Amino acid sequence: MSTRLSKGGRLIDRATPLNFTFNGKPMRGYAGDTLASALLGAGQVMLGRSFKYHRPRGLVASGVEEPNALVELGRNARFEPDQRTTTTELFEGAETRSQNHWPSLEFDVGEINDKLYKFLPAGFYYKTFMAPRAAWKHLFEPVIRKSAGLGGAPKEADPDRYEQVYAHCDVLVVGGGVAGLAAALREGRKGQRVWLVEQTAHWGGRTPVDGGQIDGEEAADWIKIALQELESLPNVTLRTRLMAAGQYDHGYVIGLENLGDTRPGADVPRHRLWRIRAGRTITATGALERPLSFAGNDVPGVMLASAVRDYVVNWAVSPGDRVVVVTNNDDAYRTALALLDAGLSVPAIVDAREESHGALPQVAKARGITVLEGRGIARVLGRTHVTGVEICMQAGEGGATQVLDCDCVAMSGGWSPVVHLWSHCGGKLSWDAEHAMFRPDPERPPLGAQGQPMVQAVGAANGDLQLAAIMAAAGLGAVSSDEAPMMPVWQMPAGAPDALRYKSFLDFQNDVKVSDVQLAAREGYESVEHTKRYTTLGMATDQGKLSNINGLAVLSDALGQPIPATGTTTFRPPYTPISLGAIAAEAKGPLFQPLRRTPIHDWHAARLAHWEPVGHWRRPYCYPRSGESHRDAVNREITNTRQNVGLLDASTLGKIVVKGPDAGRFLDMLYTNMMSTLKVGKCRYGLMCDENGFLMDDGVVARLSEDTFLCHTTTGGADRIHGWMEDWLQCEWWDWKVYTANLTEQFAQIAVVGPKARTLLERLGGMDVSREPLPFMQWAEGTLGGFDARIFRISFSGELSYEIAVPASQGRALWDKLITEGESLGVMPYGTEALHVLRAEKGFIMIGDETDGTVIPQDLGLGWAISKKKDDYLGKRAQQRSHMTDPSRWKLVGLETLDGRVLPDGALAPAEGFNANGQRHTQGRVTSTYYSPTIGKGIAMALVLNGPDRMGEVLEFTGTGDTRISARIVDPVFYDKDGEKQNV
Amino acid sequence: MSNAVSALNSERHEGFVTVSEAGLVGMITIRSDQASKPLVKALKDLGLSLPPKRGITEAGGLVLAWMSPDELLLICPHDQAPAHTGALEAALAKTHALVVNVSDARALMHVRGARADEVMMKLSPADIQQLPAGEMRRTRFAQVPAAFWRSGREEISVICFRSVAAYVMGLLEVSARPGSELF
Repeated sequence: MSTRLSKGGRLIDRATPLNFTFNGKPMRGYAGDTLASALLGAGQVMLGRSFKYHRPRGLVASGVEEPNALVELGRNARFEPDQRTTTTELFEGAETRSQNHWPSLEFDVGEINDKLYKFLPAGFYYKTFMAPRAAWKHLFEPVIRKSAGLGGAPKEADPDRYEQVYAHCDVLVVGGGVAGLAAALREGRKGQRVWLVEQTAHWGGRTPVDGGQIDGEEAADWIKIALQELESLPNVTLRTRLMAAGQYDHGYVIGLENLGDTRPGADVPRHRLWRIRAGRTITATGALERPLSFAGNDVPGVMLASAVRDYVVNWAVSPGDRVVVVTNNDDAYRTALALLDAGLSVPAIVDAREESHGALPQVAKARGITVLEGRGIARVLGRTHVTGVEICMQAGEGGATQVLDCDCVAMSGGWSPVVHLWSHCGGKLSWDAEHAMFRPDPERPPLGAQGQPMVQAVGAANGDLQLAAIMAAAGLGAVSSDEAPMMPVWQMPAGAPDALRYKSFLDFQNDVKVSDVQLAAREGYESVEHTKRYTTLGMATDQGKLSNINGLAVLSDALGQPIPATGTTTFRPPYTPISLGAIAAEAKGPLFQPLRRTPIHDWHAARLAHWEPVGHWRRPYCYPRSGESHRDAVNREITNTRQNVGLLDASTLGKIVVKGPDAGRFLDMLYTNMMSTLKVGKCRYGLMCDENGFLMDDGVVARLSEDTFLCHTTTGGADRIHGWMEDWLQCEWWDWKVYTANLTEQFAQIAVVGPKARTLLERLGGMDVSREPLPFMQWAEGTLGGFDARIFRISFSGELSYEIAVPASQGRALWDKLITEGESLGVMPYGTEALHVLRAEKGFIMIGDETDGTVIPQDLGLGWAISKKKDDYLGKRAQQRSHMTDPSRWKLVGLETLDGRVLPDGALAPAEGFNANGQRHTQGRVTSTYYSPTIGKGIAMALVLNGPDRMGEVLEFTGTGDTRISARIVDPVFYDKDGEKQNV
Repeated sequence: MSNAVSALNSERHEGFVTVSEAGLVGMITIRSDQASKPLVKALKDLGLSLPPKRGITEAGGLVLAWMSPDELLLICPHDQAPAHTGALEAALAKTHALVVNVSDARALMHVRGARADEVMMKLSPADIQQLPAGEMRRTRFAQVPAAFWRSGREEISVICFRSVAAYVMGLLEVSARPGSELF
């Protein structure tokens, strides 16, 4: 039974008790506790059920490596599953619940899985896929989904705020233990811009618990002195609760800072994701202790030796009154001594080594602790908590030589340096046989952009496990107990039979046992990466921090090869999980994406326009009136525009100015038709193709002066076409004298469209907008109704139409004025859908509807816009390729449905026969389709095989389901074929 | 002109720093060979010298910023922009140059306060802490392009496109909320 000790606890503040609950039961801890220490201090040893077998589980560790003690934390919108109790700080009112059991933690139906372990071997999932096929979907998956897994999923949106920050430094030191402090001091004194980050709330790492002297001071004192100096250096930044999650190329490091977890609901960012550019990274990330593999090593109460002494020393929590220590090294003896110091009992230290003569064993023996040498634990007794251990010979097969009563087992299988950040970008490891661990190979570090070493490992992370060695490498003297060599132990006892290996856990979180890895090896899995995926070893949220080395050692043994020949699995970021909220940061709600607004946006919004996203813009699709359907609104807007006058906010249209002596020559290359011959004051419609000949943009070009053109692009094409122009000018035709500027946002542009458009503009006054001097396809500049205006007489609707460009700052005022002045003329705004129908009635193509990246102008009957006189333009050569000139390319036609219905968008016209894949041949495809209130029926544009030669023919198109809709091939110009209306 | 309004009508938020839209500001893009004599002379007539790479120069309420090897940005009062544009165009008429008024294509924000850098660090990947006075930094703000410079003591000015002014103001507001100070 665990309990809170009456004295001690260097991290807790007994004056500040904190209340929390576990499964609804009120409990109490202290400020400075983690959830883990508080739970253990409150006597809660069993904290959850395991993933696959539903075995009772408790704390194994005291830090990031904890695999078992995950809880659901909080409720409603702040509910979060799988919170690692060892790294979550206790706060007042914390609500925690254990996971993966039904109906309760103490009685769990799923525990039956533990009895069925022989039927749930490694590769169980893969095997269930095999046969019968239907069994997976209907039998296994539903059952497994219910039974396996950890915490529940939150059901509400996260109400908290997150943010990201960019930081830059010369040296980033990761890990605030003594090695990290020493490294930061060294670099800081040199004047480097240093960041020192520590994932916990405390500086000093393990050393305050493990003890020793540094530079003539007690370790704890040296840490204080070092911190004081670091804090005094203006070039050094210190952060706690900041976990460096990943090291990336170019010195980029991601770190997660915890700000608000202990203050739910506080108006602060909960987490902050730091995006750090570091000249160099020094990893001082320490080492993690390894478990030993003996039967029942997962029973609640079996813990890492280092964790046991952490709980005693840091939080004054006794994991048990009688603690058996089992080890293969000297370090674990520190735990026995710490327990004695705390007044607890150590029935025995079980040491797998034949002899233990080191300094620490000698102290332990001198203090009267029984040391059982050459022994191991055959099995742990107890199910929901440890009641005792059976002791056996380590070299034997597990026959019990004695039984020891105890309520806690402190195990140590040696230590593994935390090499994650070293390894993320390709730092190599070498096998250290003496300590049975992989350590960074300083000859093969991860390299930066200049080929320089980018990461340096120091301290235990570098494989120096003893304080004296760590500080010596940092140039400081230190005193710590000498440790005798450890002995690798991958299975306890060495000759454990199946029955013991079936219960010897390697990966506690994913329930992978020694027997599973051995089975994988027998089934032919040789690569450690394959074995990992087959057995799921190391694939849980702890990413195998405890299981990795033990697992690959067992695999190596089963394969009969040395451990370095097996190698490690790949270390990937993040080191510990980072919250999705921090990845999204500010990008949610209104800031999810930049929303581009025209100067008239607020007017549209106030009229409750139905929006259509166009790129990052929002454009009004239509302006429904009260009780009006969208379709009715669109029809009304079209009819009004054809009969009276409509206003369109065309501000999003791309406007690129192109200027220079070579501007005409440049545009002749970009457009398929001739632009250099355009007269000043006139406008010309043009097409742009890519190098492969495909149509990619269109628009009207206005010649502003002898050497200046204004190119209108589609809304979505503005940035892309500007980039396209600059690409050609900067990379290919760098000696051409042309400058461009993207003026899209400089101007608000309003289309005034309809038979009464001229009347409306005349009411504003100030410019003569009559047929002469401003005929179709010309532009004029002046002051219109007090606005600095440039008026283009261009039409995308077939009506009399003026597009008025004014500086964006005046756009809203002009719009308001047009609405007011036009009231008696019946002026109405119209949206993008009306725009689409108006242009389709007129047979105008739309980039993105009639084009999809595979269509050339010739397909669309736009041969008239392709210059025959020019030597070259972008796409010309491609358009001469055989496939592009193939007469069987589908060509643009108009369609009229026979019964007036509207064809579905993208509908296909089936043809006779089937292709090699058994798919029906097709002979045409609808590219645009609308209800035309002007024509009074469904109209469409389509690309059809030999289409222009088949005028009048009726084709069947696919409707919804198996229905067919008949449509007649007609001229795509449905309205005012001669263009009389736009030319008045 | 009385009809003219800026993108956000001088919207302002008080956080651990003050963020505000500057209202209408004149901006003129000048694309030209920067060694061109007529250009240097025209700038000199305005009291301005050519800024060094990534630098800015200032005189008489005007700010001239180096934007790229062949691009400068002249920042001036909004109502002066048409006149300056015309004058520069005339001065550079005989050279290959593009002078264009982009005042209304942009919005200008001010971030004011002792912790102004901290707001910027949340939004731009640039090394703000080492941004010297007199440098125009072209970078990005979260998902959109931006440029900024130290325009005064404890003041940073941020230029963005007009259409995303509300987005940028939203970024600034959330980043400046009290309780989210960095240091």
